[in-house]
Amino acid sequence: MSPLVFYPLALACVASALGVVLAKNPVRSALSLVVSLFCLAVFYVFLQAHLVAALQIIVYAGAVMVLFLFVITLLNLESDHGVGEKPVLSAIGFTAGAVVALGLTVALLHSVLPGSRGVTLPATFGTTKVLARQLFSDYLVAFELTSVLLLVAVVGAVVLAKRDEEPPVSSVAPAAASEEAPH
Amino acid sequence: MIATQHYLALSALLFSIGAIGAVVRRNVIIIFMSIELMLNAANLAFVAGSNSLGSMNGQSIVFFVMTVAAAEAAVGLAVILALFRNRQTVAADEISLLKW
Repeated sequence: MSPLVFYPLALACVASALGVVLAKNPVRSALSLVVSLFCLAVFYVFLQAHLVAALQIIVYAGAVMVLFLFVITLLNLESDHGVGEKPVLSAIGFTAGAVVALGLTVALLHSVLPGSRGVTLPATFGTTKVLARQLFSDYLVAFELTSVLLLVAVVGAVVLAKRDEEPPVSSVAPAAASEEAPH
Repeated sequence: MIATQHYLALSALLFSIGAIGAVVRRNVIIIFMSIELMLNAANLAFVAGSNSLGSMNGQSIVFFVMTVAAAEAAVGLAVILALFRNRQTVAADEISLLKW
């Protein structure tokens, strides 16, 4: 990946990530997050993770973000006060985060990593076939557990989001009627 | 060719921004999006490592992280819906029932 592509894309990714945090309107936050996730998908393509890039767009930028936007519009959220409501606490949060970011970035840029970056990867690296073979052999148990987890999540989401049902009127009404009848 | 360190630094930056968002914002949905951002930063580090080491394990982990994040989003947003229905708010500091 050429630096001419990497750095502008990284800048766009970080800028839209900041947009998520700084935007007052939740819809804008969500759309910023979509941009950020798309940028990450481009990085995945350049890192030869083709299936992961496709999943990133389909699952994250597609399904998950639609869910977010759906909930935001369903709740009809007003713009809140952004980060400026409690300036002192926000400043502390930003400072702590900036220190962490600076420390991690400097440490990582100067780190010596193991790896064979110079070696050319096989052409099949990151294809669906290779990833699927690994998922269904080495990670089979985790894969099956994940499917159970998804089932639990679906059931849990339905139960949580369901409205509490009103007490059944039909069974109460006849009894009340029959009690009232003698008077 | 971009060094793996640069990808990891970008991942650290995104993670920090997500952490800042989770700390400073009051809106539960935006806190939630910040958490998604942090998960994605971790994913980028995994994919960069996978590419650098020439091993597919990192990409498999990313697959699982994505699945868990999707499940988390579904359950979390359902919790937010139930919360809004009961309390008419999504501000994290007004939800202090369990606060001592």
